[in-house]
Amino acid sequence: MKTYIAQRLAIAVLTLLGMSLVIFTLLRLAPGDIVDILFSTAGYVSPSEKQAIMQELGMDRPYWVQYLEWLKQIVTGDLGKSYRYDLPAWQIIRPLLPVTIELAALSMVVAVLLGVPTGVISAVRQDSTLDYVLRVISLAGLSMPAFWLGMVIILTLVTWLQWIPPLTYVPPTEDFKLHAVQFALPALAVGYRSSALIMRITRSSLLEVLREDYIRTAWAKGQSGRIVVWRHALKNAMLPVVTVIGIEFAFLIGGLVVTETVFNLPGVARFLVQAILWRDYPIVQNLVMFIAIVVILSNLLVDMLYGVLDPRVRYGS
Amino acid sequence: MAVRSAELAAPAAAPSRPGAWTVLARFVRKKPLGAAGGVLMLVMVLTAVFAELLQTHDPIATDAAYTLGRPTAEHWFGTDHLGRDIYSRIVHCARVSLIVGVASTLLGSVLGGLVGLLSGYIGGKTDLVTQRVLDILQGLPLLVLALVMVAALGPAIHNVVIAISIPIIPRAARVIRSSVLSIREMQYVEAARALGVRHLRIAFRHILPNTVGPFIVLCTAQLGSAVLVEATLSFLGLGVPEPYPSWGRMLSVSAAEYAQKAPHLVLVPGVAISLAVFGANLMGDALRDVLDPRLRGA
Repeated sequence: MKTYIAQRLAIAVLTLLGMSLVIFTLLRLAPGDIVDILFSTAGYVSPSEKQAIMQELGMDRPYWVQYLEWLKQIVTGDLGKSYRYDLPAWQIIRPLLPVTIELAALSMVVAVLLGVPTGVISAVRQDSTLDYVLRVISLAGLSMPAFWLGMVIILTLVTWLQWIPPLTYVPPTEDFKLHAVQFALPALAVGYRSSALIMRITRSSLLEVLREDYIRTAWAKGQSGRIVVWRHALKNAMLPVVTVIGIEFAFLIGGLVVTETVFNLPGVARFLVQAILWRDYPIVQNLVMFIAIVVILSNLLVDMLYGVLDPRVRYGS
Repeated sequence: MAVRSAELAAPAAAPSRPGAWTVLARFVRKKPLGAAGGVLMLVMVLTAVFAELLQTHDPIATDAAYTLGRPTAEHWFGTDHLGRDIYSRIVHCARVSLIVGVASTLLGSVLGGLVGLLSGYIGGKTDLVTQRVLDILQGLPLLVLALVMVAALGPAIHNVVIAISIPIIPRAARVIRSSVLSIREMQYVEAARALGVRHLRIAFRHILPNTVGPFIVLCTAQLGSAVLVEATLSFLGLGVPEPYPSWGRMLSVSAAEYAQKAPHLVLVPGVAISLAVFGANLMGDALRDVLDPRLRGA
């Protein structure tokens, strides 16, 4: 087990290193850099002035020096400085984190609460009308852009209920009820979409387990349907579901990018889009790297959970 | 073993292959949802091809006298904030979305498929290294990777295609690799090797054709998400540039400001995106059931 974890960690570090190289290269490919953008509104700027700014931002150094410098920053937890705001990146990102974490967690809760029960019902009633309806509803969730769903939710509230959601972020300390509503709506939009995959995997995995011998034994013993499904079958069917929830987490971050924009929530994901538009390298670099770390760690965590959930899984071979 | 008399009576008659129509009819009967998806996709393709014939107005002609118009007999889906006919714009967007969706799906799937084929066939260290490199590409959410790519490459329609196709590569490579791994061990491949057939020929002539099933399934499944990513990128202002009309951009320009006065500005493009993706997803599900029995019911 220990060697397995060490191995997995080593691979994770290598993957992240590769990813840092990809991100760094991609952002250097971009046409137009921050200096051009900073000066685009200023009209004519003398080349020497431009040079001075480049030097100050460390952009005149060779790429490999910039890259190594960045790696050193990541390792030491220093997130660098935002070109645009002239502030330490961490100072900008930190207040945005709770918003995104809260939204991600809520969306995940919605996704699991919607996905698992519907998946179970669909599997138990395989090929019934209810099964078809639930499958179509879940596939529809996969087909709708989360941001559009958000817009429709807002539109419905405004048009039919005459209720206008707050235009700016409301901290929970200020008005908890309004805060809850403000987060529940985007969480519903993102969660519904994410629930689709969870529902599908729950369904197919449960269908497979329900055909196994020990389930037949449970039926034969005369146990009630509810206990057979929820206690005996679901326990074993959850393994692939847990994997998908892990993968889904990465998927969800993608969904947040637009949802935060639509709902005007000052989160990390919305900020990433703005930073990309401004070509604020350090911010984009660090945010994308941060997302990569979260994704890879959550995958690692899921693998570890396997052993806990299923004693048959042995590590190290 | 019981042999039915009919078979004895006509031993020479080779079992005729069912015609295309029979296969189609059987598909419709067995997979009504998949067939519905197929119809949706067919509608989308026809719309894309015959956009000029289907339009009722010039999609970029503005009409200052009739902005934010409600749907009428003249303007079926109403008009936007510049007085442009929404129906005609929707029709033209189908072309852009389909081209971007299909091109990026094909590009990503073919590149990924090649990587998967070679890495699965060669195996060993090459395979191991390739898998790790694919891990790197897969470590980021599709949309985030596409966002960074498109920002790096600049706003142009072919850059959007590239940006969407790159995240598809590792997914395609994984699918093809896993089917190559099982085909590689089959006896006919061993026989080919024993006959001294060159490796590249074995890989491309003997193994590749047998991965067509998973490949088609993969492409249909990815097409839906490619269309979605394109819509999302365009919504954020990083997708298909002007003057091409795009469903995603129709939502970003109009929606926020005029939504209350003209809800159809939000509803129509979103329904169009959802139907197109829904069609691809339904079709993909059904095709997977038919072509890839291992995943049946998943």
